[in-house]
Amino acid sequence: MKTTYREAMRAALRDALVRDERVFLMGEDIGRYGGCFAVSLGLLEEFGPERVRDTPLSESAFVGAGIGAALGGMRPIVEIMTVNFSLLALDQIVNNAATLLHMSGGQLNVPLVIRMTTGAGRQLAAQHSHSLEGWYAHIPGLRVLAPATVQDARGMLWTALCDPDPVLVFEHGSLYNVEGELSETAGPTDIDRAAVVRPGTDLTLITYGGTLPKTLDAAVELAAEGIEAEVIDLRTLRPLDVGTILGSVVRTHRAVVVDEGWRSGSLSAEVSARITEDAFYDLDAPVARVCSAEVPMPYAKHLEDAALPQVPAIVAAARGLLGGP
Amino acid sequence: MSAAGDAGEHGLHLLRELVRIRRFEERCVELYSAAEIRGFVHLYIGEEAVAVGVMQCLTADDAVVATYREHGHALARGIPARAVMAEMYGRVEGSSRGRGGSMHIFDRARRFYGGNAIVGGGLPVAAGLALADHMQGRAGVTACFFGEGAVAEGEFHETMNLAALWRLPVLFCCENNLYAMGTALDRSESETNLAYKAAAYEMPAWAVDGMDVLAVEEAAARATTEIRGGGGPVFLELRTYRFRAHSMYDPDRYRAKEEIEAWRARDPVALLRDRLRTDGILTEEDLESIEAEVAAEIDDAVAFAGAGTFEPVEDLTRFVYSEPVT
Repeated sequence: MKTTYREAMRAALRDALVRDERVFLMGEDIGRYGGCFAVSLGLLEEFGPERVRDTPLSESAFVGAGIGAALGGMRPIVEIMTVNFSLLALDQIVNNAATLLHMSGGQLNVPLVIRMTTGAGRQLAAQHSHSLEGWYAHIPGLRVLAPATVQDARGMLWTALCDPDPVLVFEHGSLYNVEGELSETAGPTDIDRAAVVRPGTDLTLITYGGTLPKTLDAAVELAAEGIEAEVIDLRTLRPLDVGTILGSVVRTHRAVVVDEGWRSGSLSAEVSARITEDAFYDLDAPVARVCSAEVPMPYAKHLEDAALPQVPAIVAAARGLLGGP
Repeated sequence: MSAAGDAGEHGLHLLRELVRIRRFEERCVELYSAAEIRGFVHLYIGEEAVAVGVMQCLTADDAVVATYREHGHALARGIPARAVMAEMYGRVEGSSRGRGGSMHIFDRARRFYGGNAIVGGGLPVAAGLALADHMQGRAGVTACFFGEGAVAEGEFHETMNLAALWRLPVLFCCENNLYAMGTALDRSESETNLAYKAAAYEMPAWAVDGMDVLAVEEAAARATTEIRGGGGPVFLELRTYRFRAHSMYDPDRYRAKEEIEAWRARDPVALLRDRLRTDGILTEEDLESIEAEVAAEIDDAVAFAGAGTFEPVEDLTRFVYSEPVT
């Protein structure tokens, strides 16, 4: 069945609410309005205001309330409109959700799922467009997911809800309208492994989330030139599935990391470092990176396009590793 | 049962609780000086009546969220002195396996959720615990302790609003000891009547003499009755004072000696002791036996902590994520 990423995510939320009475949704404008990105549209009518809770614009309070509710036996799914707004809840996410289990000597696990949009591409400028998931991937105690496909939009939430610890789900805003095939009986997908979404032999393109479609487009262009790129979708940003990355790189001997985050101190830096640490002697060329320009995201379309990783830059980086122009 | 009857028994129980915390904290000072305890240690001396008074009104099903100045709350909640002391000794027998220290005491079985060392950081969590009770049809109250310094934080205002809006069963216990570390209340707040702030969120709020354990208990009883009846959250401003510095590192240069002395004249332990004496409830023998019992309990806790074991370094990375249930 053909469906969109948005519909797949909504089906996953609906399914979670049906399956487990401890599950409830909480966030800004998720109920009456139907969700800022219409993901939760219709769920208030179906499940009522106790389980689909519109919150005040108080990110710290409702994320912290999600932590407390999780400690109290519920399975909250908290929605934050964008990753930029999640910074208002950083205290709760980093100082409480991520620390409580370890700091309490194993007593207090926090089974909380926090969803938020991330990324640019919609001319929303510098306070709605950043890709800060790499920051969260820095934090021990969190699990960080980035579903990039319709299958993962449908299936990752289920697995995340089964996790006894806090899980952050990053949904790239440009993906909501992406269509894909989904089985009527689609169930949970694993959240432990990266996926090889296109096999190849000449180099490995490693990416996740919103840059997966661009990277796949780049692989098609490269194939037209006779370069067979393997494409890896990281899927889970913490903990990283280093095994899948290395398994590919030791076969292809070349890697390009594509990340909409900034280059400095980033997830792409982490991936690159892991490859260098563990597969240095298998490399035939230095690891290359295609990242966003190090600027706050601009509004004007041509500037935003210029700031973001684009297909030609990915293709050029790949050619560069193979000695091309 | 003493000749004084139930009320007398209860008075003696309260005194014992106050003395336990006072002597425990005094021992912490000695142990800190002897370098047995390290890190930040914030003592509750002078403020004991707040935790003791409020805890009397909570049941085992209720929840507690406290701050980094929480030894007293932990003891009054029934966490064994052994576990609290061993935590400060950094031993695996401690309430958090020695991972939290003085500021992070937890006890899931007693629904004691910390031990939060970010000012204001516990308030949203308390609202969530109350939300869970509400959504699961449980009658529990979540008692959330925080200092007056927290009212300057956004998390305070966000949580006040959310708790009142959703009528969550939270008892907000603002321990107003007048100083956020070294910053006096009137140097940090445009409105120093803290109950007004809570009242602005449409919740019952009033100030209580936090040095008088009976007054605290009475206020908490009224508040918890209201909350259990479905009335939503209540805010208590408990006016108190810490007799010692903010932490063991604090040279305490920002308070006048006269001010400290004036508050010491209202020492919560002495206040109750003298009242019980006047009422003919407390005899010198009672007092001696309370002191002896408490000394024995604390000696035992110190010995237990000192004989405790250190968690193996191989376990360092345990509990970053939950372990599979076997």
